[in-house]
Amino acid sequence: MTEQHSQYYVPTQSPWPIVGAFGFFLVAVGAGTLVAQLSQTGEAGWGQMVLMAGLFVLFIMMFGWFKDQIQESRVGLHNQQLGISYRQGMSWFIFSEVMFFGAFFGALFYARMISVPWLGGASNNVMTGEILWPGFEAIWPLTTTPAGNTTQAMGYWGLPLINTLILLTSSVTIHFAHTGLEADKRKQVAWMLGFTILLGSCFLALQVEEYIHAYQDLGLKLDSGVYGNTFFLLTGFHGMHVTLGTLFLIVIFFRILAGHFSADNQFAFQAASWYWHFVDVVWLCLFVFVYIL
Amino acid sequence: MGRQFSFILALFSFLHSSSIFANEAVGRSNLNLRAGVTDISHQVFDLHMTIFYICVAIGIVVFGAMFYAIIFHRKSKGVKAANFHESVKVEIAWTIVPVIILVVMAIPATKTLIAMEDPSESDLTILVTGSQWKWHYKYLDHDIEFYSLLATPSEQIQGKWLKGDTYLLEVDKPLILPTNKKIRFLMTSDDVIHSWWVPDFAVKKDANPGFINEAWTRINELGIYRGQCAELCGKDHGFMPVVVKAVSESEFNQWITDKKAEKAAAEAEEKRLLAMNMTKEDLMAEGESVYNGYCSACHQPNGMGLPGAFPALVGSAIVAGPAQDHIKIVLDGKNGTAMQAFAKQLTLKQIAAVVTYERNAWGINSGELIQPKDVHQLMQNQ
Amino acid sequence: MNTITQTAPTHADEHHHGPAKGIKRWIFTTNHKDIGTLYLWFAFIMFLVGGAMAMVIRAELFQPGLQIVEPHFFNQMTTVHGLIMVFGAVMPAFTGLANWMIPMMIGAPDMALPRMNNLSFWILPFAFLILLSSLFVEGGGPAFGWTFYAPLSTTYSGDSTALFVFAVHIMGISSIMGAINVVVTIWNMRAPGMTWMKMPLFVWTWFITAYLLIAVMPVLAGAVTMVLTDKYFGTSFFNAAGGGDPVMFQHIFWFFGHPEVYIMILPAFGIISTIVPTFSRKPLFGYSSMVYATASIAFLSFIVWAHHMFTTGMPVFAELFFMYCTMLISVPTGVKVFNWVATMWRGALSFEVPMMFSIAFIVLFTMGGFSGLMLAITPVDFQYHDTYFVVAHFHYVLVTGAIFSLIAATYYWLPKWTGVMYDIGLAKLHFWCSLISVNVLFFPMHFVGLAGMPRRIPDYSIQFANWNQIISLGGFAFGLSQLIFLALVIKACRKKGDPVPDKVWDGATGLEWEVKSPAPYHTFTTPPEIK
Ligand code: HEA
Ligand code: HEA
Ligand code: HEC
Ligand code: CUA
Ligand SMILES: [Cu+2]
Repeated sequence: MTEQHSQYYVPTQSPWPIVGAFGFFLVAVGAGTLVAQLSQTGEAGWGQMVLMAGLFVLFIMMFGWFKDQIQESRVGLHNQQLGISYRQGMSWFIFSEVMFFGAFFGALFYARMISVPWLGGASNNVMTGEILWPGFEAIWPLTTTPAGNTTQAMGYWGLPLINTLILLTSSVTIHFAHTGLEADKRKQVAWMLGFTILLGSCFLALQVEEYIHAYQDLGLKLDSGVYGNTFFLLTGFHGMHVTLGTLFLIVIFFRILAGHFSADNQFAFQAASWYWHFVDVVWLCLFVFVYIL
Repeated sequence: MGRQFSFILALFSFLHSSSIFANEAVGRSNLNLRAGVTDISHQVFDLHMTIFYICVAIGIVVFGAMFYAIIFHRKSKGVKAANFHESVKVEIAWTIVPVIILVVMAIPATKTLIAMEDPSESDLTILVTGSQWKWHYKYLDHDIEFYSLLATPSEQIQGKWLKGDTYLLEVDKPLILPTNKKIRFLMTSDDVIHSWWVPDFAVKKDANPGFINEAWTRINELGIYRGQCAELCGKDHGFMPVVVKAVSESEFNQWITDKKAEKAAAEAEEKRLLAMNMTKEDLMAEGESVYNGYCSACHQPNGMGLPGAFPALVGSAIVAGPAQDHIKIVLDGKNGTAMQAFAKQLTLKQIAAVVTYERNAWGINSGELIQPKDVHQLMQNQ
Repeated sequence: MNTITQTAPTHADEHHHGPAKGIKRWIFTTNHKDIGTLYLWFAFIMFLVGGAMAMVIRAELFQPGLQIVEPHFFNQMTTVHGLIMVFGAVMPAFTGLANWMIPMMIGAPDMALPRMNNLSFWILPFAFLILLSSLFVEGGGPAFGWTFYAPLSTTYSGDSTALFVFAVHIMGISSIMGAINVVVTIWNMRAPGMTWMKMPLFVWTWFITAYLLIAVMPVLAGAVTMVLTDKYFGTSFFNAAGGGDPVMFQHIFWFFGHPEVYIMILPAFGIISTIVPTFSRKPLFGYSSMVYATASIAFLSFIVWAHHMFTTGMPVFAELFFMYCTMLISVPTGVKVFNWVATMWRGALSFEVPMMFSIAFIVLFTMGGFSGLMLAITPVDFQYHDTYFVVAHFHYVLVTGAIFSLIAATYYWLPKWTGVMYDIGLAKLHFWCSLISVNVLFFPMHFVGLAGMPRRIPDYSIQFANWNQIISLGGFAFGLSQLIFLALVIKACRKKGDPVPDKVWDGATGLEWEVKSPAPYHTFTTPPEIK
């Protein structure tokens, strides 16, 4: 390697960050306005437009940014140290995502182990149960809220179990995609990636199915008390992450087809696969704590 | 008790001499915590002073050493810097010693806390309910309940009248409690979180909507004790005082008897009203006072509300529309908004009057009169 | 301490250009120094804006009665003052220092992820634009306290709440990206020989702070998300009728909130640990115990959150647990204070302006720490909670703690940034005015708090009148004193002053003093080697 290559690559000026910041601005203003307008009038107003524009700007930004990045990488400006930076950055980003899910798991545990029992009169809340919610029975899943709304619980047989198997399989396929890349078997990489994407999409489709089932057959809705709340927010945010992960994989898939990546230049590939493993693990926790227990 | 503390700060005392009278009126020091009038509040006060003195002592040692260095180890005095930069022994010492100090503090704190959190074997139970922005008290053993509202006139708040000694710390109906009895409080709320606080009892407990917290006190001295809501609860959080009047047991029993008689009389009056029609003048006069007491905090004295937060009544479709809907929203409130249900808070007459008032004040002049029986009928139908 | 064997090239080589011209330099930049400067100026402007709101608060509280603002607007001022100072002033200011100093201190050419660095910054002005403009929405801006307790922030809040939620979301994204950048820079960009235990303490404290940020900012995002869905989408996380609990909000918020307050003080500890040895001309006492103490504080900060919630009706054992853990934090913090004093002990002290602010920090922060310890004692906290005693506590640790450390840092490194010595006369004036007025401002808050004045009220009973008047006067004086600082910094930035040598302070150690003053646009493009 030449002297220049072992130097840490500090990019010169770039327009993408400010474009991204502006995109975030539009998204925040748009989403904030949209939500308020929906609640006031029941209809989406100009907020929706701004939100869309913001998402579009963010998309442009990602596209441009990654294009530059890929360009630099292919030209050989990146050295090993930069690769380490990217990997560490990605892993701490995933850690922050874990903490984000942690907040919702925390809410789930709190509701199960503290607020629902207390509303039923446990711990130092005997009078809460006696005076405020006399007929309330503290059970989990909370199928009848203290206010009296009823719903049905979501079992783990059927769709959820199938989904678990799907995601577990996809974990295996992405792993083989990775070993393929290490061994420079590009066909294997492409096939395995393709499988993973397919499995991810199946997962999402079944998840939609499950939501329809919940809404139509079980009467389990976003607003049916804290059981429904935790159920939909946890699975919903997970679903969002699976969607992003799948998109990420699709990009990688096309880059593989275009001949990108090699055993020692594969950061984006690795990042995608880490991300995928992360959504897998979250799902396992979900499956255990939301569905089974 | 807070003497020594005040003494340290005697330097400042001239600054507050003018407020001494005010303090006499509400019985408060304006430098330090008060020892209060219960055994627990005394314990709390002692604990407070103990920790305070410990902190002062540590401060003197630490800052003393530092200022010694500042004065004597100056470069300008030609001091050459030493070069030590660690000492395991010293470092272990100043880790252990603070731990010991903390243990010394934690022991009495634990004892006091455990005593404070034990409301069992009480003689009297009061259900305290916060709602924007007033307190409701219910004597569970006696079937007596009432709201307690800020009594300071708005002219004093607006600076038009001179402020009294108990400015913002006065209510129309104080909570009456007997001395020397263990009183259990059950705290809850109708809307947001409030916090019921009387410094002299060292009782501060949050009133959480949908949950009931417990606290207790045993008052040793007769007197009037004042406190305030201590959790941000919206616009008029600062105008939600707590006033407790501690009376002797016999006086308390007398008060209970009177209250019950009062209640019976009020019920009879309600019945009587149902059979008759009130005049417009009566309704409007009553309505105005109810409006200013219960509604104007949100909808504003001029009925214009605060756009975005509280709707204007002037020009409101509900106020202009059929009287039924108007009465209904006052009776039941509107779920999920700050508009609370007034059916339990106000009498038939008051509701009739305030609705009449809203439909005829501020230049609306619909000429419509709502009678208590109209309200009664509507309630019956539900 | 650290010497360079292979001197770094001080001029940019052919591949690196100097700064671009005009506005483009600032909006497209990837340079850690430019971004640091942006952060610092942004933070300073936010400090003035948040301070102006504090002035509204103090003006209204100047005397009893309602004079200037409506209660509803007063609550918005309190809320936005808290939010701006915490998220807009203190945190970005520390991030600005991190950007400027960390690469220079560890011998790195830049931050590890320079483009993302720029993105993290530029989100902030937009986020605060949203927050501030929400004040003009019908119904007003957020009025539920910076802690936005449910259900005041859900069912009972105004229409601008959604804007508030999304503004917090994007500023959270900014903080997380900033923190990841710091972590990766420190892990991966240290010059050869810059081992962990040779790192300057400022770097260490920021390293730990960055982990706190990555761990708790997402939790804040979770909290605002639940507020959003509770308010607008019918969920009932914080509503008993649906099986939730308003107190659950407080648990989630404070799980973020308590580490957050240490996020605002750990880098300050790093700054003081840098400045005190310089002007004592003596190495820092107990370097390794400083590192361990910082780590212990960070660890403990995750298990004390409920000390903000003693009055919410937790069971006794929980109250005791949180009381004990909270008290324990005094121990590592004490180690720090003792170490600073021991560093000064038998040093050759001199009292340049950064040192003056550092000494003020040590004394006044410790006082704030003492009142914190008093607050930790649960049975007594029942009396202190939600009174001005708490307000006094946190302004001592935040204003005379975090803000003073930031001012000290500015006076310490400003000559390195600009290449000229600032106006020392003005700086001393600034110090004395600030020191006196800040105590007139915050010390009496202890008294009114103990005497029973609740916080977050626009009007109070007349017994508190005199003290509040004094507090307000102190507040105006402190506010005006900061204008001296503003003038001084502008003057220095316009290079009005005597040029300084590379090593500005004779007792200073560290790589940043080995490069030219003002620091060249690119430093350490080839890493220095540290022995
Ligand atoms: C920089 C920010 C910062 C820092 C560093 C701290 C430090 C501490 N804080 Fe503070 N705190 C806040 C910011 C901060 N706090 C804020 C913003 C709030 C209010 C939030 C809101 O409600 O809006 C708050 C509120 C708050 C409360 C809640 C009060 C209430 O609402 O009722 C409590 C209770 O325990 C508390 C405790 C402590 C303790 C024990 C420390 C300790 O870390 C202090 C440790 C330091 C020392 C003790 C001094 C030095 C030590 C020695 C010299 C050693 C020897 C000493 C002994 C052995 C005693 N804080
Ligand atoms: C780092 C954080 C930080 C900082 C620096 C400050 C700085 C100040 N704070 Fe702040 N404060 C908080 C964090 C901070 N605060 C928090 C978290 C809360 C709780 C919020 C809540 O309850 O939700 C709070 C609450 C709070 C209250 C309680 C409000 C209430 O409970 O209702 C008060 C009251 O006096 C106050 C005052 C001040 C003052 C006078 C300053 C001064 O130091 C400010 C000085 C700076 C300036 C004044 C700006 C410079 C000058 C100009 C712009 C020129 C104009 C000047 C004049 C007209 C004189 N603050
Ligand atoms: C704590 C604040 C508060 C108090 C006190 C209050 N209101 Fe309201 N009121 C509201 C809010 C908020 C609404 C809007 C509800 C909604 O979103 O539809 C409202 C709505 C109304 C409406 C319907 C107006 C419309 O156009 O939608 C009427 C009539 C009304 N209130 C009457 C009263 C009366 C009479 C009282 C006193 C006895 C009172 N309110 C006290 C907050 C309050
Ligand atoms: Cu009720 Cu504050
Ligand atoms: Cu805390």
